[in-house]
Order: sequence, then structure tokens, then C-alpha cells
Amino acid sequence: MNNAIRHTWVVSVGLFITLFAALSIIQVGVTDELNANPNNVRQLYEDRGAPRGAITVDGSAIAESVPSDNSSFDYQRVYNAPELYSGITGTYSIANATGLERTLNEYLSGQSDSQFFDRIASVFTGDTMDGGQVELTLDGELQQLAYDQIPDGTRGSIIVSEIATGDIKAMASKPSYNNNLLAVQDSSELVRNQEQLEADEDLRYTSRAISTTIAPGSTFKLIDLVAMLESGDYEPDTVLENPNSITLPGTTTELENFERGICAQRPQAELSWIVAQSCNTPFAEAALELGEDPIRESAEAFGFNSEDLGIPLEVATSAFPEDLPDNELALSAIGQQSVTATPLQMNMVTSAIANGGTLMQPTLVDAIRGSDLQLLSTTEPEVLSEVTSEDVADEITEMMVGVVETGTATRAQTGSFDVAAKTGTAEIGGDTGEVNSWITGFAPADDPQYAVTVAYERIDYDTGSSLTAPGLLTMLEAAIE
Amino acid sequence: MSTQTHQVYKPRRNLELVLLLMALTVAIGAQMLVAFALDEPITNDYFVEGSVYAGLVLAFHVVLRLRAKYADPFILPIVVTLNGLGIAMIHRLDFTASYSGVADRQLLWTGVSIVAAIVLLWLLKDHRRLRQLTYISLAVSVLLLFMPILPGLGSEENGARIWVDLGFASFQPSEIAKITLAVFFAGFLANNRDLILLAGRKVGPVTFPRLRDLAPMFIAWIVAIGVLVVQNDLGNALMFFGLFVAVIYVATSRFSWIAIGAVFMLFGAALAYQFVGHFRDRVEIWLNAFDPEIYNRAFGGSHQVVQGLFGLAHGGLAGTGLGSGNPNMVSLANSDMIITAFGEELGFIGLSAMLLLYLLLFSRYMRAGLGTRDTFGKLLAVGLAVVLVLQVFVVVGGITRVIPLTGLATPFLAAGGSALLANWLIVALVLLISHAARQPVIVGPMVNATGEASSGTESRLQSDGPGARETAVRRHSAPPAPSPTDEDHTRLDHAPRGGTQ
Repeated sequence: MNNAIRHTWVVSVGLFITLFAALSIIQVGVTDELNANPNNVRQLYEDRGAPRGAITVDGSAIAESVPSDNSSFDYQRVYNAPELYSGITGTYSIANATGLERTLNEYLSGQSDSQFFDRIASVFTGDTMDGGQVELTLDGELQQLAYDQIPDGTRGSIIVSEIATGDIKAMASKPSYNNNLLAVQDSSELVRNQEQLEADEDLRYTSRAISTTIAPGSTFKLIDLVAMLESGDYEPDTVLENPNSITLPGTTTELENFERGICAQRPQAELSWIVAQSCNTPFAEAALELGEDPIRESAEAFGFNSEDLGIPLEVATSAFPEDLPDNELALSAIGQQSVTATPLQMNMVTSAIANGGTLMQPTLVDAIRGSDLQLLSTTEPEVLSEVTSEDVADEITEMMVGVVETGTATRAQTGSFDVAAKTGTAEIGGDTGEVNSWITGFAPADDPQYAVTVAYERIDYDTGSSLTAPGLLTMLEAAIE
Repeated sequence: MSTQTHQVYKPRRNLELVLLLMALTVAIGAQMLVAFALDEPITNDYFVEGSVYAGLVLAFHVVLRLRAKYADPFILPIVVTLNGLGIAMIHRLDFTASYSGVADRQLLWTGVSIVAAIVLLWLLKDHRRLRQLTYISLAVSVLLLFMPILPGLGSEENGARIWVDLGFASFQPSEIAKITLAVFFAGFLANNRDLILLAGRKVGPVTFPRLRDLAPMFIAWIVAIGVLVVQNDLGNALMFFGLFVAVIYVATSRFSWIAIGAVFMLFGAALAYQFVGHFRDRVEIWLNAFDPEIYNRAFGGSHQVVQGLFGLAHGGLAGTGLGSGNPNMVSLANSDMIITAFGEELGFIGLSAMLLLYLLLFSRYMRAGLGTRDTFGKLLAVGLAVVLVLQVFVVVGGITRVIPLTGLATPFLAAGGSALLANWLIVALVLLISHAARQPVIVGPMVNATGEASSGTESRLQSDGPGARETAVRRHSAPPAPSPTDEDHTRLDHAPRGGTQ
């Protein structure tokens, strides 16, 4: 009988060994798969409630994790000055992360390769692993000023960048939103807030400066100029035909010079005057003369058609299509029809011209630090491409100075320094009379420091031109001072 | 086999006291760790409740010193540790939104259970007296098992009709039925094992029992299936059946019983799969837990199992630490699924340590069965040990997908008064058996064949069963009484009946 008891014991121990084996498989063997299972909200609580590194501007946090009470999440993401920065930082919450929170998630959550030793250390010290801190290139005061420049109710964006480095100093847009509403950790509340925000159909979760591609209007002529001057057939003082209107090839459509300008005064004029007054017909003719390829190549050298422009936010692709029929090519040359650009793209064009033809990689991130504030990486100025020669760049700069001195951007004049700029007004069809109103420029013209681009989408012409050139000047004065 | 014959055990109550103090430190310490981890203030309640628990446990210890001083010294400390950890985890879950005040109720039930166990130990004095209750136990078992389905008495919770509404509290009679059934099986087999052993037809190497000797097997099987069908309680059905197979195997040492039992069980499972939707669901969940269709089912889905697995995985090797996980995300986290809560917060290491405590505990139960000299005691101890093993296996195996998950209370850990009471009563019984096993034997020349105490009948038919031979050998070689002063036990000794061999 005792032997039978011993057998029973052996079988019982066998059962327990099965349990140990099963437990070790679940708790040690396949933990990663179980943790990665889409139904596993624990991982979501773990990730979404983890303390992340801060995103800072001028040393103060604009996004930070604070311990949260009475919640399944340990930490809650809080955004300071949310309207000012929401289009850049994006939001980290229970929904998919957006903005820099998404593109720099690796660093902010502390999972990047360079934070490997921090992670190991936290295992031994038992401390909660904090993510890395991301320091932005933005200047808080400029950002605030840019944001205040844009009237509520308009769809505008303003970018200020440092020419020598490509650092973005301000990137504001409206309508903006309070992303703390999206950082809530309750899904039904999140859905309610989302619906409330999305009731404004003009709202973009990512800054309009990089998320909307709109017709750039006459600012695109800067790209034509590069192609024209590089061809050798044109010089700033070359006299060109300046008819009031031309018929587009293969159509009966008339392309006219802008009626509110003074182009009609001179049926023939030198290129610099045409640029200053932003006459359309000579550029259409020149584009037809040169053909599509040189213009598209110039545009692509500035960053058009390129899909991997990470600043490190994803930027919508500005487009100059291939194989355009001649009539569309003529319209594209004056920034209408098929060509579209983000405000950032046009700012890159101006910056490259100001920088002697060298395009710098635009960036928002200055440095990334580990949780111990040790430097993990800094952003060194990086050349994106050599767009054109210094001579061509200087000639265009001179013509852009003319635009401010005697042309369409006289409202951007100041006594302190020479401003170089190019305006743009893109007709967007329909009978509302609304246009896209642009200006892009830099200063000082003889020693370029900052480039500024102001763009308003769907705005009436007068409001637009009263906002663009004065806005540009305000930003340049604030940046240079 | 008879090496223990010459061994003289010491009471070892002082060892038990030391272990108890360690167990209480773990139990009360865990409770306070929860408060620290969750940043809750340590109020006076912690000290009051800790003192109450310690007081009850030490009272049990004193009673053991007085009434069963040779009882196994390891059983009580292990049980106190597990019960204390259970209260701590329930207390921890009370801080989540899903539960509140459960820990106080659990402590109250612990108190009731310990007092009941003390009373049982005090009044019963000797486990052999239970043998007289063999058939009464059967009647009580049947009554208890069918109480929940009596109209106006039973109530249904979570799809299983296993509760009796007492007005002030609900009670799970099947928990108590574990004990009465174990008593019945042990008593019945102690009375009839020779008959079952001797009669039978030998086919090849296996001796099959006569058909009429199979009757109790049928009864056990029908009770198990009945419980399953009527009450939707797969866990208890499995446990009752396993209990009977184990006890009959120990009684006869014949492997054929296990084979027959396995056939019956498979047949029963096939029947249940065919006709019991609840059981079919459980099997589907077991096999395809991660199937989205099964996972998202509103009722009878695998959500609970899968969430439990996520909890265990979240804990990983070392666990999140008490108070730092999300164990409340698993439904029934403080009762049926409390193992996942421990797995998440204490990790594989902590949970394994707890399983090792269970392993030690049932080993001590079986050790008591090995040591005691009467067949009834052996069968009862093994039966109760198997009840413990199967409870833990069914729960943990269900959670880890070794077998289909069925609701069953984890002994001493899960919130629930009935299970706690039953398990503490089992502790009292096993302590008595171990006391009988370890106390010094007094062998006198007097024959006492008719007294109440000589109800051990193993040598009645002079069978060649291993138990009988062993007892006979031991009796001849037993040393003279080592402690003649222990008068209390002389009456209970198995005096040899005039050279029976």
C-alpha cells in the first residue's frame, strides 16, 4: 500500500513538473509574442503609460510625462503651450502617436540603440527607465511671434529658418489645436475630443507648413530663374517680350499678366524688372523655350518630388509632374496648375539661393540627450544638395532685392537691412476670388542669416497681400535683431 | 518499506513555532508591502488584522501542543504562508476599481475556518473515528452535491450552478463534499479492499475486478458526471473522479483500476463533449484560445484565458512587484484567476516558489499517509492529498492551457469562504493523521480485538496485500514502548491480535 502511495506521489510531482514547464514557457519562453499580441492591452498600458523624455524648446519642456493618479497608466503626457507646438510635437496617447512623438519614439521612449546601456543600468538599479530628451531648434519667442502673426480664422503658416545651418527657428500654423485633448487616456473621451476637433474641417493635426501642398504661384519663378540663368540664354538684363497675354499652345486659353500689377506698362522689359513686377507671360514663354526638363531638374534639386525629406517629421511631397503638355508646362512655370509645394519647400528654395546655391537639410532637432542628460546625438548642418552656382544665386538674390525695393513686395522694406523676397499669388479656380498668398525671402541680402516664408491658403487677395510682406518683415526683424 | 518502524519521532512543535513566525512575517509583510507599493498609508487596521491572524494561528499551534503534539510541523506554516499571501493579494486587488472589501471578508472567513479546524481537531481527537461515518458521509456528500440544484436553495453564478444561498452569504457545498467523499471512499475501500483484491479475473498480466466490485466506481463516475451535467462544474467533476481513482489504486495497488478509470473518464469526457455545451466551449477555448472569433465571443469566449496569459507574460521571470502590475485586468482576478495575479506581480520565480509550497504541502499530506498504521488513515490522507494536488493542477493547468480552464478555487489563496473552510478542515484532519503516524507506538501484550480503536481491519482476511504484511512485520519487530507516560494514546494502539501471522 505504501508503494502505491509513493507512486501517487510520483505522479503528483509529475503533474506539478508539467505546471512548472508550462509556466516557464509562458513567463519566460514566449513572453515577447504574448506581449506583442494586438489584444494585449497591458503592453499598451505599459507603453502608453511609460515615462517618456521631454521635448524642449529653449531648455523648457513643451511636452513632458507627469505621473498620473487614479489611472491604469503610470504617466500622462502633458503639452505646455499646446496650440503653439501641437502641429510639430504631435500627440502621444492611447491612439497611434503622431508628429515628433512618433518619428522620435525610439529616443523618447528610451528604446534606441544608443540608449542600450541606460536600459541595462535600469534593470539593475530598479529605477524606471526614462526616455531621452529631445531639444528642438525652435526659438520660443519667434514661434510665439509667428503664431500671433497669423490671424485666427485664416489657413496660414509661417516658417523661419537659419540659412547657414538649415535649423528651423519657427514653424507656426493655424488653425491649431490643443493636443492635450488628444493625450487623454480614456478611449471614449478621446473619440469625443477628436470629433469635436475635427468639426473644424480646416484643422490639420500636423503643421500646415509641412502637411499641405498648394500651388506656389509666382514664388515658383525663382526655380524658373535658376533654370533660365543656368541655360546661359538669359541674364538679369536680358530684354524679353512682355505681352499682356499669350494663348497657351494647343488651346484657346489665354494666359495673362496679373491685372492688379503694372506689367502692362512695358510690352518689352529686362528680366530683373519682370521679376520685380512678377509678370507671367515672359516666364511662360521662357518655359516653353527651355522645355520641361531643365525646370523640373531645378525643382527636384530644391527638393521637389522627393519623398524622404525628414526634418525628422515627415513632410508632404511637393510635386512638379513629368511629361506635361506644353499648355500645362506654361502654367506650371508660374506656379499654377500641376505644381504644388509645401511652405517648407518654398522656404528651402529661398534658403538655398541665400546660401549661395547650397541647400541645407532643414531640421527641427538640435540635440538628443539620454535620461541622464548625456548627449546622445547632435544635428550637424548637412548639405542636402548643390542646387546651383554661387553666381546664379547672387544674380537671383539681386533680383529679389529688386522685388522689395521697387516691385511687388515694397511693404517688406526696412531701413535696417536689405530684404530679398519673392511674392506669389496663386489663383485657385472657382469664383470665390480666393487665392493662395505667398511670400518667401531672406535678409540681410548681403549677408543672409534667416529665411522666412509666409503662406496663406484660400484667402482673398487684399487680405493676403496685407499679411504676407509685412509678416515677412516682422519675422526677419525679430530674427535678426 | 518498514524502515520507519524503528524510528521514534520527536514532537517538533518548537520547529513549527519558528516556521510559523517566519510564515507570519511573510504574510503580514506582504500585506504591508502592498500598502508601500501603492503609496497607501499604513493604518492601524494593518496591525489589528495582522495581530488577529497571528493570534488565530498561534492558538492553533497551542492546540496542537495540547492535543496532537506529534503532528507534522511543516503543514501549518506552509498553509499560514499561502493563506496570508492570498489575503495580501486580495487586499492589493481591493485597491483597484473592480473590487473592494474582499480582503476583510477573506480574513473573516480565515478566522472562521481556523476556529472550525481547531474545534474539529479538539473534538475528533482521532481520525479513525471518522471511519464509523462512512455511509453517513456518502449520504451527506450526495445531499451537499445536489443542494445547489434544489429550487429555492441553489443559485447560479458565472454559468455554474454550484452555490447555495444562505441568505446572509452564499455557500459552495461541493467544497465540503470533497471531505465527506474522501471519508466515504477511504472508509468504503478500507472495509472492502480485500474483497476487491482477492476476487477478479486475470487476463494476461492484468487482473480485472469482478463486475459487482466495480459498483463503487460506477457510483463515483455517475456522481462526477452528474455534477458536471447538472451544475456545469467541470473542475469538481474532474477532482472527484481523480480522487476516487487515486484512492482505489492506493487501496489495491492494482494498475488495472487506473486503466479502467481512464477509460471511464475518456468515455465521460466524450459524452460531456457531445451533450454539454459548456464543456464543449471550454475545450474549444483550450485548443484555440487566440482565435479572434473565440476571443471576441461575448459569452464562453477565451478572453479570460488569454488575458490571464498576458498577465503571466507581463510578469515574466521576476514579476512587476506587488502592486505594480495590472492583475485586475483579468476577470475574477481575486478568486478563480488569482494565480495569474501572483504570476504577474511576483513573476515566474514567485509563482514557482508558491507552487513548491503546494508541492511540499501535499508531500507532507502523503507522508502522513505513509506513516500512519491504519488503512483508513492511509486512504484518507492520500485522498485529501490528491484533492489538493488536483485542485492546484486543475486551476494552474487551466490557466497555463495544459488542460481546459475550469473554475476551481486555488486552495488557501482564492477569495471564497467555502473553499477556505474546507481546506482548513482538511488541514485539521491531516494533522490528526500525521499525529497518529508519528506518535510513539505502545505495544503491550494485551489483545484488544473488539474495542472501538481496533477498527483497522487490514488483517481480517489475512490477505497478501502489501499493507497487511507490512503491519504484521512491524508489529513483530516493534520495540518496547518508548514513552509509557503517554497514556492518552495507549488506548488507540493497534495491539497485535495473538500472533496472527
